[in-house]
Amino acid sequence: MAVTLKVNGTTRVVPADPDTPLLYVLRNDLGLNGAKFGCGLAQCGACTVLVSGLAVRSCVTEIGAIGDADIVTIEGLGTVDRPHPLQRAFMDEQAAQCGYCINGMIMTAKELLDRLPHPTERQVREGLSQNLCRCGAHGRIIRAVLRAANAMGKT
Amino acid sequence: MKTPRHPKPASVRTRDASPDARATAEPGGPGAAPVLAAGLTRRRFGQATAALVVAFALAPGDALADDTKLPGSLDKNRMLDAWLRINADGSATIFSGKVELGQGILTALAQIAAEELDLPLGSIAMISGDTALTPNEGYTSGSQSIEYGGTAVRLACAEAQQLLLGRAAAKLGLATDVLTVSGGVVSAPDGRKLGYGDLAGDIDLHREATGRAPVKLPQSHRIVGQAVPRRDIPAKVTGGVAYVQDIRLPGMLHGRVVRPPRPGARLDSADIGVVEAMPGVIAVVRDGSFLGVVAAREEQAIKAREALRSCARWSGGTALPDPGRLHEHLLALPSQANVISDKRAAVPADARRVEASYSRPYLAHGSIGPSCALAGFADGKLTVHTHSQGVFPLRRDLATALRLDERAIRCIHAEGSGCYGHNGADDVALDAALLARAVEGRPVRLQWMRDDEFGWEPYGPAMVMRASAALSAGGRVVDWVYEVFSNTHSTRPGQVGGNNLLASWYLAEPLEPAPPENIPQPAGGGDRNAIPLYGFPSQRIVNHLITAMPLRVSALRTLGAYGNVFAIESFMDELAAAAGADPVAFRLAHLEDPRARAVIEAAAGRAEWKPGQSGGTAGRGIGFAKYKTLSTYVAVVAEIELDRASGAIAVRRVFAAADAGQIINPDGLKNQIEGGIIQATSWTLDEAVRFDATGIISQSWESYPILTMPEVPEVIVELIDRPGERPLGAGEASSGPTAAAIANAVAHATGARLRDLPMSPERVKAALG
Repeated sequence: MAVTLKVNGTTRVVPADPDTPLLYVLRNDLGLNGAKFGCGLAQCGACTVLVSGLAVRSCVTEIGAIGDADIVTIEGLGTVDRPHPLQRAFMDEQAAQCGYCINGMIMTAKELLDRLPHPTERQVREGLSQNLCRCGAHGRIIRAVLRAANAMGKT
Repeated sequence: MKTPRHPKPASVRTRDASPDARATAEPGGPGAAPVLAAGLTRRRFGQATAALVVAFALAPGDALADDTKLPGSLDKNRMLDAWLRINADGSATIFSGKVELGQGILTALAQIAAEELDLPLGSIAMISGDTALTPNEGYTSGSQSIEYGGTAVRLACAEAQQLLLGRAAAKLGLATDVLTVSGGVVSAPDGRKLGYGDLAGDIDLHREATGRAPVKLPQSHRIVGQAVPRRDIPAKVTGGVAYVQDIRLPGMLHGRVVRPPRPGARLDSADIGVVEAMPGVIAVVRDGSFLGVVAAREEQAIKAREALRSCARWSGGTALPDPGRLHEHLLALPSQANVISDKRAAVPADARRVEASYSRPYLAHGSIGPSCALAGFADGKLTVHTHSQGVFPLRRDLATALRLDERAIRCIHAEGSGCYGHNGADDVALDAALLARAVEGRPVRLQWMRDDEFGWEPYGPAMVMRASAALSAGGRVVDWVYEVFSNTHSTRPGQVGGNNLLASWYLAEPLEPAPPENIPQPAGGGDRNAIPLYGFPSQRIVNHLITAMPLRVSALRTLGAYGNVFAIESFMDELAAAAGADPVAFRLAHLEDPRARAVIEAAAGRAEWKPGQSGGTAGRGIGFAKYKTLSTYVAVVAEIELDRASGAIAVRRVFAAADAGQIINPDGLKNQIEGGIIQATSWTLDEAVRFDATGIISQSWESYPILTMPEVPEVIVELIDRPGERPLGAGEASSGPTAAAIANAVAHATGARLRDLPMSPERVKAALG
């Protein structure tokens, strides 16, 4: 079987069954490392990507159900040299310890800021309430999202 | 910018023999022998200020003792070229046996190297945790990497620079003390310059370190002490290759394993033929009761795992204890008692005795990313990519389990998801190797599923702590008796007398785990931090090592210190209340150590601590410890609010003050203190491994909930820098004080004392009556 997907603006054909979770296709067929396997149960958020602008759990999203919707991964936001304001803010705030959850934090925050460009701290916390961090980098993550919102508001 | 010349080496070699500088090692760890890390700093003071030489003079017996020891990890890895290489382009490559776990250690070590070599940070490359390339520094554990690994890197780099300067002086026909170094370029007063690259070929680093090279004075540090950004973060926020999970090798296949329903169960049968016929399946591996599958694609391996799981038939296994009577069960198991402190003084007849008993449950490491390894056999040799905390001890147990010569195995570290101790990292490496053996020539990537990690990682041990103290009429503790009951807190690979990798116990020719051992004092295992820093005239402290192990356990961040500090610091508040004293004043009245007093005063000051009782739903409490009773000092003040109807505790704000000696990277240090506080808040409020007689129940985040973003407290950390003191690790120092501060805050708010962890809403409601 082969399935056609639109990932970070490019059309890709992947040799996978339609019931394959998007996560494995992104990582293994397309070499995109950002989305992480955390639980496979849509509980932790480490695998979060955007589909049609909405933050979804790629570990439980079957590729056959995506159709021609736009998929955006963290690689599609920016690079080390040209980071998205969220990526820049996470670097500036040193908002990670192990960083395994950070993909999900940034992608969920992207959806949040698209919807709510000037969130309060409480709104950031609520917006990220379904993303787990085990290292205790929460305070820095909240500051990074608020910093990014501020930076994006100025451009 | 010019760098001040190095001071001349001291003519008299002094040694530090203070107890604080002694070994803090776990078995087989980097410093099993006494180390002399403090000698370095103090010798430098001696050079700087003659008067201080006298202050640090030691008894002759101490000064002459064991003259062959080298500081930190240098002692067991004595060649300079084990630690660094100066490259032809003038840059340096540092080899470290300590590994990145998300704690920022490679950034801190690079800072130390750049500082001593006078190179820009960008000219330092780090290679870490590779059995073929790096020194063996045992495990990256116990908050010892700065102290041991950092000391070695510092001294090795300082000595390498001496050699470079010596070579430059010879080439230029000048004395070394007229030369200056900046950015890896040696300059003569007449303007001539030589880069390290010009000198590297002429110096031989294949020589034993002296451990005596003069290092820079703290006041001349330009890179050490700065909050430089971590080198691992850019890749982590942009989808770069940052983790072992991200490594893709040519021809790589995907593996998964199927574990028994409960520990010790044996595999009777599995319909392997059916699974072998599934799409993409390349091999089904069965060795005794070890069962796994290799497939071309990851999702195929996962489907095959599910199919194998549903057709596998198991029998037997160990019945787990009744969770409702866990602590009684633990106390009834055989144990070895060891008196670790015994100090007797007469107790006044009118003293009042106070007693209390505390407990903590089994805790999961709960890494967000399940453990992962890549293993490949080629030409009879095995290469393993692993996030193990100790690639050398892992290699030893892999060799025994696979019946291979250690020299045929190379273990290479790559970062994993944060581990906080001994999680599934080592076990998954053996699993991957067992699968790779069935498909020789093709590497296998195996990531555990969520239930593998929650169900089979070694947990942090459950503990019982019993305290009893006598209070004098004047409100002072005049006698203190403390007993701690716990399993071992370290069953890491590499231990003597067995094999500690999970799958090795299930093979057709099974191996046995190593017999449980307690890590000895002063670092301690279950008894870590069981000896309080307070000055009590009379005390007796007993560690009971429970030798039977109902659930598999091993090292979780702080080992026993989390339970012991929770108990001791809760009990101090109970005693303060019995004495009618303010908790802060009561602690200070029993503490002489000025650094301990300073962190307590700083945390209380930041929190605007006020003596007196609270109003019923809001409270504040304090907790303090000197980690391992010989490392970083941390005091924590927690502010909580309590919902009496639901029993839920909300920790709103936490203030902490920390003294980790000389600060290498203040932001990295703060990050570690903050993380310890938030993780311990989660342990304290929410966490316990759930099980019944048939097996582990908590196998997902639904059944093992942790603190979520809306619940985390605001954390305010104040650092106390001690540039003249040895730099200490801080990854574990804030956990115990946090638990106690929360318990004390609940008592402050309500008068109710919670002595059993976690402080679940049910327990809170029961305590409130």
